[in-house]
Amino acid sequence: MIEFTIWDILRNLLLATRWTIVLSAVSFVGGGIVGLGLLFLRISKRKWSRSLAKYYIELFQGTPLLMQLFIAFFGLGLFGIDVPAWLAAGLALILWSAAFLGEIWRGCVEAIAKGQWEASASLGMGRLQQMRYVILPQAMKIAVPPTVGFSVQVIKGTALTSIIGFVELSKAGTVVTNATFQPFTVYGLVALIYFALCCPLSKSSQILERKLNVAHRNH
Amino acid sequence: MFAKQGCALNYQFEFGWLAEYYPQIVKGIGITVELIAVGAVAGISLGIFCAWVRALGPAWLKPIVALYVELIRNTPFLIQLFFIFFGLPSLGLQLSELQAANVAMVVNLGAYSCEIIRAGIQATPKGQFEAGASLAMTRFETFRHVVLVPSLQRIWPALSSQVVIVMLGSAVVSQIAAEDLTFAANFIQSRTFRAFEAYIVSTAVYLALAVLLRQVLAIVGGLIFPRRAAR
Repeated sequence: MIEFTIWDILRNLLLATRWTIVLSAVSFVGGGIVGLGLLFLRISKRKWSRSLAKYYIELFQGTPLLMQLFIAFFGLGLFGIDVPAWLAAGLALILWSAAFLGEIWRGCVEAIAKGQWEASASLGMGRLQQMRYVILPQAMKIAVPPTVGFSVQVIKGTALTSIIGFVELSKAGTVVTNATFQPFTVYGLVALIYFALCCPLSKSSQILERKLNVAHRNH
Repeated sequence: MFAKQGCALNYQFEFGWLAEYYPQIVKGIGITVELIAVGAVAGISLGIFCAWVRALGPAWLKPIVALYVELIRNTPFLIQLFFIFFGLPSLGLQLSELQAANVAMVVNLGAYSCEIIRAGIQATPKGQFEAGASLAMTRFETFRHVVLVPSLQRIWPALSSQVVIVMLGSAVVSQIAAEDLTFAANFIQSRTFRAFEAYIVSTAVYLALAVLLRQVLAIVGGLIFPRRAAR
């Protein structure tokens, strides 16, 4: 019987944390790119593109992330592709984050006063120019706190990928538990590592939000 | 080998298993509904208590509640569930799968709803407290009638979305073998090898449950908060 020290456990968990961080970063950036596309569809003048984006968002916000992971994992297999867990995990998380980010950003764009659209239109700007030079720079400022806040949800979401077999922090926790028979210590440490990853982000989101509020009140 | 042959072009969708396995799905839906019903009622109650502590409660309790809220909000539900189900028995607290799932959902929703309700309470103008006091209400009465109910009304939409999020999150309780809807889907796919179909069907059921839950919460909101004077 091998004895495991706390340090042994922690070292293994920290090694697996790398993959949680990588997957979170990939999902967040990828989700941001797709989400930006969704945002443009959602606020477009064409009705079909608005409802397309709307249904996409409803679908991904109205079903469990776990199911999306399962469907990505087993559904891609139908195309004859041998799906590694990381691919299904990354794909599902990107599509899922995109739905939430798209919706968050739409709220921010809609918070911009109508007069800004009219003013920029009266300067002869096209739709894209309006977005690029007038709307997005202002919307981005409001968007930062909720976007940072959502990154916490992405990190927590990556925990589910352990269920389809992607080895990250949660999966490592299960593996280490099976080797050490110390679930209390191991899952406690896993929770603390997640906390250490997420807490700075949610705190900075709160601080940014407060700063923004102060800035608005001074206007 | 066999998986490779199932190409998109010749894959035959097969839902014949539904006839045999629908009782599993119905049972799973029942458990998921039970989990969210208990979770919502107990979780929101816990959230109200924690919000009261953070806004007006005794000073010694405040840091404890703050720590609880931060810990839950910054860790994944899956890990909370594993900690409760696998970790707590070593402290002598053995829970069944369903009990652990229930506790995890209550604890989880409690923390999130605390933050939401607190935001509602903080938006209450100070004058409301003073007005309550001037009507000779006790601090508790003021909190209950003057502060809490209007605050809840204000944040009810946000609270409803959080309940839906927790319902969808409950899919992971299948991982400790609580027999919810996802558990039924896993069971069916392991018996029939129709993984894609089983998950498509259960995903559709989750979507319907989410839509339904939103309606139910809107109706409940309408019942708890009879139309008040426009503010």
